[in-house]
Formats: sequence, C-alpha cells, structure tokens
Amino acid sequence: MPEIQELERIATQVRRDIVRMVHSASSGHPGGSLGCADFFTALYFEILDHNTNFNMKGNGEDLFFLSNGHISPVWYSVLARSGYFPLDELATFRKINTRLQGHPTTHEGLPGVRVASGSLGQGLSVAAGAALAKKLDGDKKIIYTLHGDGELQEGQIWEAVMFAAHQKIDNLISTVDWNNRQIDGDVEDVLSLGDLRAKFEAFGWKVMDMEGNNMSSVVSTLKAAKAECGKGKPIMILMKTEMGQGVDYMMGTHKWHGVAPNDEQKDIALAQLEETLGDY
Amino acid sequence: MSKLTYSEMKDTRSGFGDGLLELGRKNPDVVALCADLTGSLKMNAFADEFPERFFQAGIAEANMMGVAAGLAIGGKIPFTGTFANFSTGRVYDQIRQSIAYSGKNVKICASHAGLTLGEDGATHQILEDLGMMKMLPGMTVINPCDYNQTKAATIAIAEHDGPVYLRFGRPKWPVFTDPDQKFEIGKALKMREGTDVSLFATGHCVWESLKAAEELEEKGISVEVIDIHTIKPLDEKAVLESVAKTKRVVSAEEHQINGGLGESIAGLLARELPSPMEFIGVNDKFGESGKPNELLEKYGLGSASIVKAIQKLVDRT
Repeated sequence: MPEIQELERIATQVRRDIVRMVHSASSGHPGGSLGCADFFTALYFEILDHNTNFNMKGNGEDLFFLSNGHISPVWYSVLARSGYFPLDELATFRKINTRLQGHPTTHEGLPGVRVASGSLGQGLSVAAGAALAKKLDGDKKIIYTLHGDGELQEGQIWEAVMFAAHQKIDNLISTVDWNNRQIDGDVEDVLSLGDLRAKFEAFGWKVMDMEGNNMSSVVSTLKAAKAECGKGKPIMILMKTEMGQGVDYMMGTHKWHGVAPNDEQKDIALAQLEETLGDY
Repeated sequence: MSKLTYSEMKDTRSGFGDGLLELGRKNPDVVALCADLTGSLKMNAFADEFPERFFQAGIAEANMMGVAAGLAIGGKIPFTGTFANFSTGRVYDQIRQSIAYSGKNVKICASHAGLTLGEDGATHQILEDLGMMKMLPGMTVINPCDYNQTKAATIAIAEHDGPVYLRFGRPKWPVFTDPDQKFEIGKALKMREGTDVSLFATGHCVWESLKAAEELEEKGISVEVIDIHTIKPLDEKAVLESVAKTKRVVSAEEHQINGGLGESIAGLLARELPSPMEFIGVNDKFGESGKPNELLEKYGLGSASIVKAIQKLVDRT
C-alpha cells in the first residue's frame, strides 16, 4: 500500500519536527504529540476535505478541533506541512512574538486554528456548536475533534457528550488519545476512566476502536467512521497510542508529557527518526 | 424640573425576551441557547417561533458557552441565556478561553443579576459579574436600566462584532426611557442636568438615582444623573465633561464596589481629573433573601442611601 507508506514517511518527518520544535523552545509537550503524529498525518493528508487557504467559517469544508491543546507541536507541524503557513515558522514555536503559541489560539491569527484550547475539556462543546452551525446551513461536511484521555476527567466533556447525543449531532467524529498517561502518572492510577466504550455507548454514541500508531488502522478507521456519519449518532473513536511513540526513551512512561529534550537527548531522538521530507 | 414619571412597571428580562424575538425575525443568523431557564429569561417566544434556531442546553452551562462559541465559528450570532451567576462565575474559564480570547461573537445574556433577584438569596444574587466580565480583554459589558433600554440593547448588540455581556434583572421596575430609542454601545445618556454633583448610575440604580436627584433638588442640591449603560468601553468623554462642571462624583450600581462601575470611573478620574467621590454599591458583603426594595435599602443602594451619600459629599467638599 504505497499510500500508507507515504503517510508513514510524512509522520516520521512530523515527529522530527516535534522533537526539534520542543528542543528549540526548551519547553512544550513532546510525549502526546509524538503519540498522535500518525493520527494527525492521516487526518490532514488523507481524510480531511479542507482548504489550506484558511477562512474561519470553513463553509463546505471538514473542520478539525484540537481540544487537548498542549500537543500543539504535532498540529503546527501538519498545518505547516500541508500548506497553512510557511514551514520555517515552526522555528518560532513558543518564542516571543510568535503565532505558534504554547497552546493553540486564534489570537495571533494562525491559519488553521478556530478556537483557543489548552484549558482542558472545552473543545467538544465548541465542536458540537460548529457541527450544529453546519446543520443549520445544510453543509454536509464533518467536524473532527481530538481529546486527551486525561482530559475526559473534566466534567464539561460529559456535558458535551450528553448534548451531542441529545441533539443527534451525527456530523461529528471525535477521537480520544487513549495512551493512559497524564502528568501525574498513569490515568488508571490518577483517576480511572473505567470502561470508556460502555460509557460512551451508554451516552448514545457510536464507538469505534483504532490502533493509533498503525497508519493502516488509523486511515481505515477514520474512513469507516465517516461512513457512519448521518445515522443519528455522534461518533467516538477510542484510539490506543503510545506516548512518545518513535523515540525509545520517551515511550513506556508519563515522564515526557511536558518535558523538553536537552541537546544530547534531541540528537538521540533524531537519530531514530529519518529525515524523510527535509527539516524546516 | 418636571416631576419624575414612568409609564409602567416591567421587568428588564422581558425587554431581553422581546428584543430577542424581534431580532430573530429580522436576522436569520441569530440563534439562542438556554440552560433550563427559558421561562425565567423570557426566551419562550423566540423558542416557539424559531425552534430550529433555539438550543436547549439543559443544566450544563459550561457546555452551553462552548457550543455558543462553535456556532459563532459557523457564522451564527449566538445569544446565551441563564442567570447572571451561571453566566459568569460558573463558566468564567469557558468564556475566557473559548469566547473572549478566541474573539467569538457570542452574546452572553444574563438575567436575575444583583440583589433585586430577591427572595432566592445570596447563592443566586451575583454582585461580582461586572468586575469579572470587564476584566476580560475585548469584552463589551452592558447593564441597561429599564425594559425599553434592555430591549434596545439586545437588538443593538447583534450588530456589534465581538463578545458582549448583557446584564439585566428579575423585578418589575419603572419604565422611563424612550420606547423608540436607538441604543448606542458605549454612549452614556444624560438623564438629568445638574451642576453640583455628577451621579453615574447603571442598571436598576439609574431609577434610584433619579429619585434621589429629585429629592435633593428640593434641598437645593443640583444633581446631574448620567446613565452608564455600557460599563465597558466606558464613555470617558461624558464622565470627564460632567465632572469638569460639577467637581463632585458619585457612582451607583447593584454590584460590589470592588470591581464595579465606580472603580472604572475612579480609575479614569485619578488619571485625568482627580475629584472627591462616593461609591454606592455593595461593600464586600454577600446578599440575602428579601424583597428587592428592602434589599436595596438594607445594602445601601436605594434612593435614600444615594441622597445620604450625596449630602455627605457636598458637606465635605
């Protein structure tokens, strides 16, 4: 499958971007960003029907909302590499006067971002509103969201989950990055989410599973989810990922949630990630 | 001067409800959301006439604010409706991030503000909302004084591109402004000319201020009453022009003194025209159950308290 291989090559470059951006800023969140690189690559290079000549409303386009805004490096990388803004702007991440703020925002006018996120738990509500607006306009395009698993501990998420089912918002495909890691440790230990599938099903959502670090699974699941739209239920994809995926020493721990690699660690990481498309 | 009169007693929340219905008829982009208080917010008429543009959010205000932000992304003009307490403190972070910082065109419409909510007591009598809202960069903050002005303000804010906090109340209150007024955001209204004291009032306190001014006229004190319906942006020119003439200042609001209209005025005057000032507002206290007028007097916001404050100011200057 050449298409999958090409997406994997892009994802590897995206991972290099993440490591280099976070290293350069000496701050940021590499773990979740690396874990979600395959999802973002599939979304922006295969799934979304979108226009890189950005406009806020996005009429006639699929829209994406990142609710767990701290994994901004992966989003900024795919936005730049799919043409929303110049690639070399990635070098400004988290630096003074940048459009690439630590957490994504519309405030500096970065193309591709429609709402600020970072304070967790808010993105699903915003996405539900955007989905309702599309329905009012007769726009058949789809709203996509991503959430952290730890983020599901926020009560507002469950308000939105209830609301989306009640309103039959069936042009909404949400994904949870289920890596079982959060800042203070494993999600299971910090505040267990219990049986997520049963919970979302009980709330009236269509639930699907995805292997988030397997490009074939990501692409096929997202396509299958799209085929489920319009059937009266919002869709939740439970995406299993590994935090830090692609950099061996960042995997298997929560410790790289929000820590930047030093010079030596950066070099070790980059040695594990082939420069497939050229660094920014 | 002519005797102070009013046409009828009507609640400001009905001004909101009637304004919203009128807006719905003339602007198809206007949508409304309510958190299980449709009757209290007088949103029933809009909901009945435009069911496809009305979203019942249930008792889940945080989600409602986010949904409103999303509808604004889609080019709609969302009006959220719930009590002022649940429109601000309960959802401050949602407003801050998803609406204000994100620059979303959401109209946060808040009823039952202040002490005049009455019998429900302090849990619901928010007196900090103006402060919270005016601190948010880019937020316009409006607190109209009667039914007519609330209706006109509701219609006007749909034309303004950006987040707005519109605050109104529960009790039936005198209706004394022009039913055909055009509401101008940020433009203070001189309700009564005077030469000795500038009395800047907002919301229900405008009526109390007019009553106080009438009483003081009989005592030989000439009070200029200015309706500051827009707390932010403050009409600085109107404030400075009046104070330059009277040299004495009083603010009156159904809100904590901390963070309120008086503080905004004092900040302006400290920079531009330092002047003796008294503050009518709630002084670092929570409210309690009671009838609106009883509460206004007990907490020092009624016309009798305003009269006293002005006499004190005149005596000391």
